[in-house]
Amino acid sequence: MLLPWFAGSYALSVATLILYFAYTGQAWNVMMGFAGQLSLGHALYVGVGGYAAGALFYHYGIGPWAGLWLAILLCVALGLAIGFLAFRFGISGVYFALLTIAFAEFTRIGFDHLDWLGGPGGMFLKVAQRDSIDLLNFRGPPAMYYYSMLFLTVIAFVLCALLLRSRAGYYWQAIRENEEAAQALGINTFRWKMLAVAISSAMTAVSGVFFAFYYNNLFPEQIFHISRSIEIILGPIIGGIGTLFGPILGAVVLTLLSDGITEGLAAMGWEIPGIKQVFYGLVLLAVIMFLPNGIWPPLARRLGFHK
Amino acid sequence: MNLLIVENLSKSFRGLKAVSDASFTIPDGSINALIGPNGAGKTTIFNMVAGVFPPDVGKIKFMAKEIQGLRPDQVCAAGIGRTFQNVKPFAGLSVLDNVIVGSLLRSKNSSDSRRYALEILEKLQLGPKRDLPASSLTLPDRKRLEVARALATRPRLLLLDEVMAGLRPTECDQMVEMFRDLNKTDGLTILLIEHVMRAVMALAQHIGVLHHGEVIARGTPEEIVRDPAVLECYLGEETEV
Amino acid sequence: MSFDLVANVVIAGVLTGLVYGLMALGLSVIFGVVRVVNFAHGEMMTIAMYATTVLFAALKLDPFLSILPVAAAFFAFGYAMQAGFINPFITRPEHSQFMLLVAVAIVMVNALLLIFGPAARNVQVDYQLESFEIGRILIDKARLYSAGAAVVAALGLFAFFRYSLTGKAIRACADNYMGARVVGLNVKKLYALTFGLGSICVAVAGCAMVLLVDVTPPLGPYYTLLAFVIVIVGGLGSMGGALLGGVLIGVSEALAGLFIAPSAKSMFSFGLLILVLLFRPQGLLGRKP
Repeated sequence: MLLPWFAGSYALSVATLILYFAYTGQAWNVMMGFAGQLSLGHALYVGVGGYAAGALFYHYGIGPWAGLWLAILLCVALGLAIGFLAFRFGISGVYFALLTIAFAEFTRIGFDHLDWLGGPGGMFLKVAQRDSIDLLNFRGPPAMYYYSMLFLTVIAFVLCALLLRSRAGYYWQAIRENEEAAQALGINTFRWKMLAVAISSAMTAVSGVFFAFYYNNLFPEQIFHISRSIEIILGPIIGGIGTLFGPILGAVVLTLLSDGITEGLAAMGWEIPGIKQVFYGLVLLAVIMFLPNGIWPPLARRLGFHK
Repeated sequence: MNLLIVENLSKSFRGLKAVSDASFTIPDGSINALIGPNGAGKTTIFNMVAGVFPPDVGKIKFMAKEIQGLRPDQVCAAGIGRTFQNVKPFAGLSVLDNVIVGSLLRSKNSSDSRRYALEILEKLQLGPKRDLPASSLTLPDRKRLEVARALATRPRLLLLDEVMAGLRPTECDQMVEMFRDLNKTDGLTILLIEHVMRAVMALAQHIGVLHHGEVIARGTPEEIVRDPAVLECYLGEETEV
Repeated sequence: MSFDLVANVVIAGVLTGLVYGLMALGLSVIFGVVRVVNFAHGEMMTIAMYATTVLFAALKLDPFLSILPVAAAFFAFGYAMQAGFINPFITRPEHSQFMLLVAVAIVMVNALLLIFGPAARNVQVDYQLESFEIGRILIDKARLYSAGAAVVAALGLFAFFRYSLTGKAIRACADNYMGARVVGLNVKKLYALTFGLGSICVAVAGCAMVLLVDVTPPLGPYYTLLAFVIVIVGGLGSMGGALLGGVLIGVSEALAGLFIAPSAKSMFSFGLLILVLLFRPQGLLGRKP
């Protein structure tokens, strides 16, 4: 909460990034951790959300607050469409994951050819100024972005906590554990899976809008790329799928690790492209092999939380 | 009153007739068993009643409403609960949470669901284990959990799919006791598929015998063990009651 | 748009598609038997391509001669991967397996970037510039040889699975894991063997592909996705399906590149994947999942 008071702008940007991944990871977690549907194309919603709000601002000068609603609307519609197609046709597991990848890739290449949205060259949003806070256009000093992301992450946490304890939480977990048994207990699994997808995509749309107005440039190659989708899911998986603290913990660990490695390697004079990612990948490998449920569950046990 | 009426059910899979023109009725408050050799079509009938797949031909009437072709969750909402032959616990959830998932169907809010779930667990003697993860339970306890979960949905009719399989005789007797109780005190109607004759004889008031997809005999346990057709195809001449 | 041009493009697509098909065959074998989603498949292919360039640069070894050492190395690597890494993961949830290979893929791609840098690399042999002329149709020699290698490798694999005892044992594992164990088959070893065989496919495909395409690290993820598209379109569990799928994708990419725009060619592939997943998930020649 008090970070901006004593942190420099670099530390602040790292913190904002952590929160961004914590929030987006939490959004993805609703679909996967709660309802058990593995989406590997979540960058799709970040991209569509970002471009929706971005395009409104770029072409019509409409601020992000209105753009937010369009972004959410489009992403929910998209998510429901994908969910409908998948669930009606009985696609699950690996095939569902591949389906989500296919949609994301399809969109990525598609947007590359949409000149109205900037095409491969990208869309650049005008930044009038960065000094004073202009909430209407979501412009301001780094601290503003930090607090916004903090606010979003807290809201997401509270929302997920409430959901988890509600009928939705129970039903989703039942579906995740054993869909057949869930049906035999009166749960309309199609409807509840769609709900998870809708909430997840809506939350991710907000990420996209933030992304657009924070970085102010959108490239299809980047924002829809499968690496983005993988980045989103790394946090929750490392932190602990299906838990509330998992995505947050995971985001912290990953971002600090990634930055730490870059700094460390730079200090040792090894600034070769790719070496940071190799370390990153190795750490990921280690966590996946030795901490199968993520970092949070064993940590929680150590700290005395009981499940 | 007849709770469940099955009329002329037929079902084929890729040309093989699994169930052929099967009909029977289940009176309210009774305990009924479906027996027969493997492949006779018992589970197929079960699955049709439970909504897993629709019959090719025939009707299923539950409390005077036609339910054939409904989805499993709709069938449950109508008042039929079921257990699975291979138990399917929600492994990552606690025993209590497993049952809460069931009780949420009829409860208004989560505290009601919780209270009812605890009641059911007590009734099935799983109370002390309520906070344990479902994955840590022994097989007999998992079977009880499966029943508890189904009961939490407040069914009028409970379908039990080979629930005694894998249980030792004493465990089997305990389950039989439990079902007799539920039937007597709560008026629960039960239809069970079973191979363990010990349980069938002890529990069932009416028995239907299936062979090659057809109902070849119907009656009380005493009548069934004397029926020559049944003895020939399934029970064998030396069966003791 | 002359007929000749289209015909040439289609033929080139078919030949390239056969190499794609071999790569996908490796994945189909791995995915179909071990049920592991090898997210590092394309990266392995890329490593094979790089290996060929290194052998060429150092020893002037023709890519087709490189096949032997590279395939052998890949078999060993694949076997070790499965035995060491993946076998312990069989009982873990799907997403764990997935992520394991994603992590491996990340390490692979970036290791390549580290070692070779982002610039494209290739192999220059004389026959790359020559072609056969059949009437008005031009067939690149390199493309034809590559496709030939792919077909030979595929036939070899097919014969192995059809006629050898080990091959049949592997097919048994694919059909029924528990049954195979009950009968006494050492499933873990057979899985490792399968991964090794799948890796050989990738190795051969890579050696062949480097004659047709320049190699860069980002090719890895691209080929991984392509392999999945082909396997699903062609049909899981069907070897002929993998080759057929490969040809289909090769041709459609070539035509899309000709008629629409080169950069849009993969869009078609992904669109096809979506349609197949929805309406015919068993693919063209596969069994129902």
